Amino acid sequence: MRKSRLWSWFWIFIGTLYFVVPLLATFEFSLRARKGTLSFLAYERVFKDPAFWKSFGFSLELAVFTVIISVLLIVPTAYWIRLRLPQLRGAVEFITMLPFVIPAIVLVFGLIRVFSGPPLPLTDTYFGTTALLVAGYVVLALPYMYRSIDIGLAAIDVRTLTEAAQSLGAGWGTILFKIVFPNLRVAILSGSFLTLAIVMGEFTMASFLVGIKAFGPYMSLIGQNKTYESSSLAIISFILTWAFIGLIQLLTRGRAEGQMAGAR
Amino acid sequence: MNFLTLTNISKTFGNTVAVKDFNIVVEKGEFVSFLGPSGCGKTTTLRMIAGFELPTTGQIVLDGEDITFTPPNRRNVGMVFQSYALFPNLTVAQNIGFGLRVRKMPVQEIDQRVKEMLSLIHLQQFGHRYPYQLSGGQQQRVALARALAIRPRVLLLDEPLSALDAKIRVELRSEIRRIQQQLGITTIYVTHDQEEALSLSDRVVVMKDGLIEQIGTPFEIYNFPQTPFVASFVGTLNVLRAKVLDADKGLLSLEGQTFYSSEPLKQVRNGDVVSVAVRPEIITLVGGGAELNQLNCRVETVTFLGSIVRIQVRIAETMLFFDTFNNPHLVLPQVGAPVTIYFPREACLILELTRE
Amino acid sequence: MSNKADMKKASHNRGVSLTRPSKTPWLTWLGVAPFFAFTLFFIFLPSASLLVGSFQNNAGQFTLQNFIGLLTPSVVNAYWVSIRISVVTALLGGLLGFFLSYAVTLGGLPQWVRAALLTFSSVASNFAGVPLAFAFIATLGRTGMVTALLKAWFGLDLYAQGFSVYSFWGLSLTYLYFQFPLMVLVITPALDGLKREWREAAENLGASGQIYWLRVALPILTPSILGAMILLFGNSFGAYATALSLTGGFLNLITILIGSQIKGDVLLNPGLGYALAVGMVIIMAVTTALYYFLRRRSERWLRI
Repeated sequence: MRKSRLWSWFWIFIGTLYFVVPLLATFEFSLRARKGTLSFLAYERVFKDPAFWKSFGFSLELAVFTVIISVLLIVPTAYWIRLRLPQLRGAVEFITMLPFVIPAIVLVFGLIRVFSGPPLPLTDTYFGTTALLVAGYVVLALPYMYRSIDIGLAAIDVRTLTEAAQSLGAGWGTILFKIVFPNLRVAILSGSFLTLAIVMGEFTMASFLVGIKAFGPYMSLIGQNKTYESSSLAIISFILTWAFIGLIQLLTRGRAEGQMAGAR
Repeated sequence: MNFLTLTNISKTFGNTVAVKDFNIVVEKGEFVSFLGPSGCGKTTTLRMIAGFELPTTGQIVLDGEDITFTPPNRRNVGMVFQSYALFPNLTVAQNIGFGLRVRKMPVQEIDQRVKEMLSLIHLQQFGHRYPYQLSGGQQQRVALARALAIRPRVLLLDEPLSALDAKIRVELRSEIRRIQQQLGITTIYVTHDQEEALSLSDRVVVMKDGLIEQIGTPFEIYNFPQTPFVASFVGTLNVLRAKVLDADKGLLSLEGQTFYSSEPLKQVRNGDVVSVAVRPEIITLVGGGAELNQLNCRVETVTFLGSIVRIQVRIAETMLFFDTFNNPHLVLPQVGAPVTIYFPREACLILELTRE
Repeated sequence: MSNKADMKKASHNRGVSLTRPSKTPWLTWLGVAPFFAFTLFFIFLPSASLLVGSFQNNAGQFTLQNFIGLLTPSVVNAYWVSIRISVVTALLGGLLGFFLSYAVTLGGLPQWVRAALLTFSSVASNFAGVPLAFAFIATLGRTGMVTALLKAWFGLDLYAQGFSVYSFWGLSLTYLYFQFPLMVLVITPALDGLKREWREAAENLGASGQIYWLRVALPILTPSILGAMILLFGNSFGAYATALSLTGGFLNLITILIGSQIKGDVLLNPGLGYALAVGMVIIMAVTTALYYFLRRRSERWLRI
């Protein structure tokens, strides 16, 4: 027993090391911008760069739109599937898993091929390109958003709630916006934060569609010529990721033990 | 013939005492049940016999061998778990043969023994199935066969029926008893279900809060409970609050009427109030007369339960109920009608007293 | 049997009686129309377009030439490097993740270690892409902290030994940062599913701890472990941002190759680019299907 516990602590030690050392190294590196002393100069420079705020704001906007569209698309669908079209459940679940099969780089390749010419020349305009990127993000977020909402729906027995609402004279709009959405609050919010975490630093799709206007490509550009600033950006986005995951765990009160969105 | 002996066993987890001063001598071939509410220490005691817990103090001797600290895999006792605990990756036959394979028995003998076991539990056709393809009752029979296949010295069953449906439970109960008798194997059975304990066992150990309350045959436990807890935990009871009129004669008073209890009351003074328990099946309706222990009362409710009829009566503020067997010619008393009931003085169990 | 059918019927009736029986059944289908329209436009159409493109030559005629073109050495090499890095990080990440998960589930560690590990795993498995590459450059780059410390403390010059963070192994170490946490997240429920009674039953039947692990625990866990590692494989196979930011496109991964094809048609043949993408999707589809097959199998066992 004692020996096996020692073994356990050994692995935890290795894991902690793997986790902490790169963060420490990055943090230490980000403080070395001023020669000879440790300082937050790199952070100051990042925060003073208007391009930082611009790209950050732009990505935040993209993320918010992605969340809104995802929720409006998925909640009614998942609800309707449970209520009236259970025979489509398998098909919808299959579709929501497709983003695992089609990597972002392939998806953006296909999106560009389809929407860069007639009959749907979205990439010709600023608005069109941005909309296309949001659509791509909705696809990327689909598996996580759907799973979160479907689990939420399973927990509240929508069928009975709907029956109760109908027996009291509610129409579909009332049911959806006064009953379903409020009861799914936690599921929607935790799916949304995960989506935010995915979209904020997303690079692959953004770099092909909008370039350095978005936060991911902006960070990449900084990385090419400003060493210390790039380290501080890494720390900033790590804190951001931690904040989103922390919010999810706070919301679900630790019930959702692990959140995964996968690699990029 | 003391085959399994537990001497002064106690077990503490941190600050909580799970089992205290547990002593029992089990004979070879005997079927003993540990009965009690959850948390009474019955499962902990069983797990100490199996070797999954080590006693804090005391000694366990099996067949002349001190096994108190023997690792579980060298005890050769069979265990059946509440959750079946069949290995999901192995077939029924492989599950049953698991212990034999571990013992490196020749393959042919294993096959032979597995076949024997399958026919013992009447599942000859199921050897190639996987556990998830079986019902709960079938899984538990396989678990029983798996435990028996290693020819254990003692068979331990930890609430084996409590995960099953009521009907399967009764079926499997008699099956367990049949197999136990057929093999003559010493068996310890843990349960919180008094009906199981009473119907299966040669002897019952009633436990509460880590202590043995009483050890005895089912007949003794039910009819002569030695503590108030045993009386109330096993079977159903009417509890009457009565005043002692004459302790030497055992004369008591209930709501102005008098009756006699089983024996001269000890440690009780005249004027004390005692709780008296009377089993419902011992009470009968009488037509009238002047015998002892007759109480006049009024019918409150009559509930038809099929094979029996339960009648609730009231004596002033005291309610009590009794059962009579149903038959088509029975004339049921009317609600509100005055009736007289009778119970023999030996049927009174004194539970506790309060001194005023 | 008929009983079951009746029940099914009954529940179906219940579903219909919920609202007025619709006279226009297509209205019911309208409820899911937006979802299907969206996925048609933004998943199926792009995928189909790549698939069609992969079977066309520059003039738009049918050809298999693009798939034959996949056999050119540079393309084969890109697939090979991608597969190798995915296998290596899936295996190493899988092992490390498994041991970590074992430590917090069965290893007798306090509860707070488990909570901390799972939270950290959620964060780290999501911390990928550009910032992760920066972090590893600061750690294992030529002037990185670990590189410097190894030199100062042990006199070990990583770069003199031929190591580079921009190389295959550098990228592997970087990928491991999100791979092993993902393993922890995926495998912990499976380890939780191992019942204590299985171990006790095995011991009771005379088995040692070793025999229990060999004959019971590991066989039960094998589908879960394999499935999780396949998931890890796919996770790294599709990764693009991390690799590009770290190696600047020097490492010839399949995702990098597709990326440069999107930017500037480096293959001088758009059809070949589409074939590359289709090949990637096929590999991902096979791994995902395998993952679901194994997961179903382990669920069947672990739920009993």
